[in-house]
Amino acid sequence: MKVLVTVKEVAEADDDFAIEGTDIAESDLEYDLNEWDDYAVEAAVQLAEAGIADEVVTVTVGPERSEETIRMALAKGADRAVRVWDDALDGGFADVASKVELFEAVVAEEEPDLILGGVQAADTGFGATGVALAERIGFEHAAVVNDLDVDADAGVAHVHRELEGGVEELTDVDLPAVLTVQTGLNEPRYASLRGIRQAQRKEIAVKALSDLGLTAEDVESALTLTSMYEPESESDAEIIEGDAGESAGRLAEVLRDKGVSA
Amino acid sequence: MSVLVAAEHRRGELRDVSYEAITAGRELADARGVDLHVAVVAGDVDAFAEELNREGVDAIHAVADGEEFDHNAYRAAASTLADRVDAGAVVLPNSVNGLDYAPALAESLGVPLVTDAVGIEYDDGLTVTREMYGSKVETTVDVEGDRFVLTVRGGEWPPAEGVGDATVETADIDLPESGARVTGFEEVGGGDVDIADADVLVSVGRGIEEEENIELIEDLADALGATLSASRPIVDNGWLPKNRQVGQSGKVVTPDVYIAVGISGAVQHVAGMKGSDTIVAINTDPNAPIFDIADYGIVGDLFDVVPELIDEFA
Repeated sequence: MKVLVTVKEVAEADDDFAIEGTDIAESDLEYDLNEWDDYAVEAAVQLAEAGIADEVVTVTVGPERSEETIRMALAKGADRAVRVWDDALDGGFADVASKVELFEAVVAEEEPDLILGGVQAADTGFGATGVALAERIGFEHAAVVNDLDVDADAGVAHVHRELEGGVEELTDVDLPAVLTVQTGLNEPRYASLRGIRQAQRKEIAVKALSDLGLTAEDVESALTLTSMYEPESESDAEIIEGDAGESAGRLAEVLRDKGVSA
Repeated sequence: MSVLVAAEHRRGELRDVSYEAITAGRELADARGVDLHVAVVAGDVDAFAEELNREGVDAIHAVADGEEFDHNAYRAAASTLADRVDAGAVVLPNSVNGLDYAPALAESLGVPLVTDAVGIEYDDGLTVTREMYGSKVETTVDVEGDRFVLTVRGGEWPPAEGVGDATVETADIDLPESGARVTGFEEVGGGDVDIADADVLVSVGRGIEEEENIELIEDLADALGATLSASRPIVDNGWLPKNRQVGQSGKVVTPDVYIAVGISGAVQHVAGMKGSDTIVAINTDPNAPIFDIADYGIVGDLFDVVPELIDEFA
């Protein structure tokens, strides 16, 4: 079977950051592979190693900068990548439906049997693209999967969904399906030197909207980001000052007052 | 037009997020001057309907179908009811199950979706307050048009209370055969120790950096006569077992003293420990959200502070 993995390059804010307009200043952002997607890539590569997946293709919506992140996924074992980008996608606040529009077009070209992606992106945190995509393309789905066993012959994925409060739901999902992957599903590997070298030769196909039969109108967002600000600290914590020894000493007093002792 | 809220239950119990979603839904219904409808799907819908009849609810629709959550049934029921009651706004809990069908519902209704709202304002249109960049910032997002699906974060709206005078009707809806079948549930995190029983917890997070450094925090727990617990990344990495995890998907704990070491305080973690009597945080980042709920804080490197603290109790 063919596995498509949605991979996002996410921005992470430095500890100290400034807000310019409705976003964090570019100089205060670091870009990386979305943590949840790292687990999705690992799950797909493990399916390939187990002989269940014949091909693992990643798909990313992102500018040229994101190729560094895509190469990371390729170095971990994905076979090739599709990167979708267009000037029409630059600068706006994409809604779920516009992302689904792009992924739907890629799915039509790639015809995967299984689509894996992270539960959410670390930066925008919508947690919605995978399930919306499944609805659009007529695939089954499961969200927040933390255990996965694919029975390709039976056409079923046996999954656990991580519910709140230490409870997991055991579900059988018919293929083809979209599964959104929770952290902890597996142990994402580090790229080996050999993997990194091989990744340089793997294909990243770049697609503009027109290549996918889409226009700027198809990806217009219904959402507008109108402001961004640092939430007011509600902290009334007593911050204990001093060097490590002094602050530990004062904290020890506080803890003894509260009855803490071995 | 109206507002529709879909309730959530598990293993025979309505979940609190259902009542919170009703409060958020009522807020929207008041702003728009319309009725609030509540849907409940599967399980003992008659009993659930009675419990959901809280102040401010105008109508309850009970859809009998199986015992437990099935995203296809929920999506189809909510979609059909949204059409029937002309619901411009559909409000759902931003829970694991909410996220398993809200995006599909918005897609099938062809309306925008905003998830994980922590605040809403409705004037000419909807403005949603939500966080970004791992809770480091808040944003406001304007939604085009007057129809949308919204999921609301748990604990942000008070639960609806009182007894309402809602009409209750059994909704007859054809539900699709599902390609996803729940075969059971599993409790995780059993084992030798129950962190929920501890009076003092020393909890370790991502700031510990390496597995071998966990020992330092074990030493601290020993010195303080405390029990060791952890935030999610530590358990994801397999450095401590699942039964040590504090948070939304782990255990909810309320010890006398909770000492968070190298834990930034993501909302999922805070949900599991904010009821602790005294909260102490040790973290290098002065802006870490853990300090918002801490009673005492040390802004500093845990690798400097913790050995000194162990010495104090040695």
